[in-house]
Amino acid sequence: MNLWAIIIVASLGCLALKVSGYLVPTSFLEKPRPSRIANLLTVALLAALVATQTLAIGEAVVIDARVPALLVAAALFALRVPFVLVIVAAAATAALLRMTFG
Amino acid sequence: MRAVRSTNDTAAIRQGVSVSLAVSAYGVSFGALAVTAGLDIWQACVLSLLMFSGGSQFALIGVVASGGVAAGPAAIASAVLLGSRNSLYAMRMAPVLGGGWLRRAAASHLTIDESTAVATAQPTLRSQKVGFWVTGILIYVGWNITTLVGAIVGDALGDVSRFGLDAAAAAAFLGLLWPRLSQLQPVVVAIAAAFVAALLTPWVPAGIPVLAAAAVALLVGLTNWWGMKPEEAADVDVSAAAAGKAQS
Repeated sequence: MNLWAIIIVASLGCLALKVSGYLVPTSFLEKPRPSRIANLLTVALLAALVATQTLAIGEAVVIDARVPALLVAAALFALRVPFVLVIVAAAATAALLRMTFG
Repeated sequence: MRAVRSTNDTAAIRQGVSVSLAVSAYGVSFGALAVTAGLDIWQACVLSLLMFSGGSQFALIGVVASGGVAAGPAAIASAVLLGSRNSLYAMRMAPVLGGGWLRRAAASHLTIDESTAVATAQPTLRSQKVGFWVTGILIYVGWNITTLVGAIVGDALGDVSRFGLDAAAAAAFLGLLWPRLSQLQPVVVAIAAAFVAALLTPWVPAGIPVLAAAAVALLVGLTNWWGMKPEEAADVDVSAAAAGKAQS
């Protein structure tokens, strides 16, 4: 499987999910369980991605400048700083730490 | 009547524009991170054109960045699972938007967090339609332009860990997660999912830890654990926050 195949298959999968929502009868939405699972699924996947992006390098767990950068980001999100500024601040934190401690 | 209607429309348009500007701006970080993950500029752009769902796009490049092409199936599964909420949005928008097949097809592609959020925040059916289309179309245009810009910039930067772009990716996921942590249940799920993913990382191929964490959502979603009353939730919330702090 090459990168193009991954991109096309995943994109079509996401598109199919969007289309399916317009084809399903609306009453499905009234059931609490499917919508709860879909919402929690989003939360779980995003949280797992935060963890792996912060701690993993390939299949190893490495604690480095990403951890303090993420803490800075969390503090700024808590202060309601706009998304783009937080991203820049997180990158700058990691970059500065790496520059300082090599 | 006409005056009231147009005031609502104007409000919907104004909200749509401001949300679109903010969201489009972080298309730059997506483009840059995509080329960092090993995609070329065209592949980054096709993702934004064809997938058009920020969370899924970040997930796909995140898994590819850690596991390469070998993690392809996990990357696809992560992106698609993360896109499942869009089908809920579509169900919510279908009765609002109505229209023929062509319009529904266009609406499908534009059904994302932001277009749904702006639409559902409007008071009348008409302003909900206006909010959806304005937000969806503007973000589609803006997101794709900024993806291209970000990809070109990222391509020119070369060695990106020097610029902290790996930390920027983690912060991007946190930013997408943050607004969803308003209640106890999602907070518990988020912490548990992060633990599961971190603990599995050394033992299974890259990409699998993220998918395994989805099981947490399935378990809690089916049982509705921690979907408790507000007064009980207050106490546990503190310890959950503390646990979150300890973990980071």
